[in-house]
Amino acid sequence: MNQERSTIQLEKLKSGDRESFAMLVDETSGKIYNTLLQLLGNEQDAEDILQDTYIKAYRAIPDFENRSALYTWLHRIALNEALMQIRIQKPQIISIDNNEPFSEDMDIEQKDIVDFCCLPERELLSKESRHFLDQAVQSLPESLRIVFVMRDMEGLSTQETADSLGISENNVKIRLMRARLILRKKLSGYFNKFFVEEKEL
Amino acid sequence: MINHTYTSSCKQMLGNLSDFIDGDLQAELCSEIEEHLKNCKNCRIVVDTLKKTVELYERCASDETNLPDDIRERLFKKLALNEWMDHQDPS
Repeated sequence: MNQERSTIQLEKLKSGDRESFAMLVDETSGKIYNTLLQLLGNEQDAEDILQDTYIKAYRAIPDFENRSALYTWLHRIALNEALMQIRIQKPQIISIDNNEPFSEDMDIEQKDIVDFCCLPERELLSKESRHFLDQAVQSLPESLRIVFVMRDMEGLSTQETADSLGISENNVKIRLMRARLILRKKLSGYFNKFFVEEKEL
Repeated sequence: MINHTYTSSCKQMLGNLSDFIDGDLQAELCSEIEEHLKNCKNCRIVVDTLKKTVELYERCASDETNLPDDIRERLFKKLALNEWMDHQDPS
């Protein structure tokens, strides 16, 4: 939601104006759905929670106190709904307090040393690359993916993530590190093709 | 691609890497890592590409995206907003 461009009138929205609410849904739902999809890893669950989020938001909007931006407030409702779903469906993901910082798959081999930082933005963020980035997150073990999405994609602090999941801050840090290293390795493999193609030319 | 001689100090560095790139590491450990990076090109690449990985995902997360049409339609129906179904802002 681009708040500078948004034409939603808050007072109308808070008074229950349906058209303003429809505008709010259109301005915010794409990004919130993407967050839910990354977090839950499942289209149906993401859609269900998206609907629950807006139902809850419509009921709560008269009490919205402008303490945070509207999108931040909505986003927090969506995150809470998603975390509740995860706690109910997969309590084991939250409760595993794995403090083992490294497993064998974290070793870095020669093939994983690819300096893809030097690639141009148009390659790093092309449609195809973005699709790969999405797939790579989805392929993470769930206990790592949830922490990575909350910390690095949603910008929550270590403490907020730990409190939301009921795990220690140290455990958040370890899961985040493992997730980041796994993703870095996957991206190295993916972006290496650009260097191979360059050599072949 | 570069040949990487993977030493115990490289592995020790990796253990602290996430805190290092977040700026959350104690000054003493930071200096140790910076010293190691001066002499280990491979680890420098790992640090740089790890930072880039995080940056790319942050960028993707901040993208504005539209909801797929079928999901939007079901959402509007669920919220009893059918009347405004055709009013989507093309931006």
